[in-house]
Amino acid sequence: MEQQDYRFKIAHREALIGVGLALFNFVWWFGFAYGLGSQDVSDYQYVFGFPAWFFYSAIVGVVIMAVLVFIVVKFFFVDVPFDEEVEDAS
Amino acid sequence: MNIQATITLFSSVIAIFFIGFIFSRKKTNDASFIHDYYLGGRSLGGFVLAMTMTATYGSASSFIGGPGVAYNEGLGWVLLAVTQVATGYFTLMILGKKFAIVTKRYKAVTMVDFLKERYQSKAVVLLAAFSIVIFLFSAMAAQWIGGARLIESLTGLSYHGALFIFVVTVLLYVTFGGFRAVTLTDSIQGSIMFIGTLVLLIAVVISGGGVTSIMNDLREINPNLITPYGSEGQLTASYVSSYWILVGVGVVALPQIAVRAMSYKSTKSFHRALIIGTIVVGFIMLNMHLIGVFARPILPGIEVGDTVMPEIAAHVLPPWLAGLILAAPLAAIMSTVDSLLLLVSSTIVKDVYINYINPDASRQFLKKMSMTITALLGIVVFSMAVQPPELIIWLNLFAIGGMESAFMWPIIMGLYWNKGNKYGALASMIAGIISYMILDTAGFEPLGMHHVVTSIVIAFIFYVTFSLFFQKRIRSA
Repeated sequence: MEQQDYRFKIAHREALIGVGLALFNFVWWFGFAYGLGSQDVSDYQYVFGFPAWFFYSAIVGVVIMAVLVFIVVKFFFVDVPFDEEVEDAS
Repeated sequence: MNIQATITLFSSVIAIFFIGFIFSRKKTNDASFIHDYYLGGRSLGGFVLAMTMTATYGSASSFIGGPGVAYNEGLGWVLLAVTQVATGYFTLMILGKKFAIVTKRYKAVTMVDFLKERYQSKAVVLLAAFSIVIFLFSAMAAQWIGGARLIESLTGLSYHGALFIFVVTVLLYVTFGGFRAVTLTDSIQGSIMFIGTLVLLIAVVISGGGVTSIMNDLREINPNLITPYGSEGQLTASYVSSYWILVGVGVVALPQIAVRAMSYKSTKSFHRALIIGTIVVGFIMLNMHLIGVFARPILPGIEVGDTVMPEIAAHVLPPWLAGLILAAPLAAIMSTVDSLLLLVSSTIVKDVYINYINPDASRQFLKKMSMTITALLGIVVFSMAVQPPELIIWLNLFAIGGMESAFMWPIIMGLYWNKGNKYGALASMIAGIISYMILDTAGFEPLGMHHVVTSIVIAFIFYVTFSLFFQKRIRSA
């Protein structure tokens, strides 16, 4: 395959960032859910009415991921052109 | 049962489809028909791309099935559902720019096109086409049933009457509209769902007397409902974590998602889709499933899980508003069905018929054939949905898992590993599908994880081993 395309280097880096984000997301989600959630129900702390494990893992987790994706896309993702076919044809 | 709700429900659905139809009409005249009917001419903007991904993926399983399970299992199921936030960014980032560039170079219109060009093998194409048809049939039946259940519980019609209405609407729309019409209506539905779930969630919280009081009620019904472990403690950490594969990262391999990841206009729209998609998916999944849990103390004793959503909406909201909000999931289900129908028909028409039977078919003939097959398929699925299983979510998850086992590695490794070849792809698909079927029938879940994890691991081993083993043969050929 034609590996020399400079756009593939960018694409590969961004795919790796995606893997990194998913790993971070998983650790955050798992850590809070089972770290705090495995206590006895009578020992649960509550945040805004939700059990703390749920609040941090699910609610804060979703918000954090949204913010991270925003930051990553804004600052690390690069625009590349898609119109090589047009150039080839002319 | 409720005339006001019924009227708003149907008029909203009609309005949504009407808009999609008008807009799609304008543009489908020029360009090549196949390209446009199945791919919308690769012109999706960021917002539309994000919404169509959300609506396609977050369909009956999330909107009807998911909250039903959450109702029975409590917060543990919401925890499981939020793993889907990963689909919002992961699928797009992994397939990402490379998939768009490569498919453009290949002039691929469907996922099977991509496999065909990448592996240059008739066997790979036919096997892929075959698995798409088989598994998507299960997925479609799930959507059909979900749509019919929703109409049934809101209008009080019989299940079969509701199913009939649903099917006729879908068929009319998809037969004439094609991909662009579908993606356009997806954006409208996505927006309604986003706002609708929020309104419904607020109404449910108010009706339950606030989050604290709902949590107290839940604890009194069964303390397990507010733990991560499910009502009987059966949702173990490893089982729930395995859903990261099934409904999170594995979604990369679903043909209906992959086709969208090649249909965007520019990297700008791709970037916007990433941001919007993550927010929208996370928000809707969290809200939808929370509604299911919160409904438990407000409306105890609902027996068919799939009817939790429509019943709670009808209970806490004024009828016209319930109708309006439920129009969104109904429309989402329709759009999922539409996309699935289009996919199956494109697989048959484009991937099999044009590739191997009659490459020179006339445009007029192809057009007729696409529409006929799309309509025929709809009728077949209808007959499957006449006898529905208990909870649609399991049917849907079966189909998703099957496709993930089959396509995960041929797509991802095909994209990122140059040594991957047709022997690896074939072995991986066969091993993935067979192991998935066997584990599913046997009900065997190794290490307490959903069996899709095992199948994907097996498929990976086969892909790598066979690719390396037959490497020489490819070179010398």
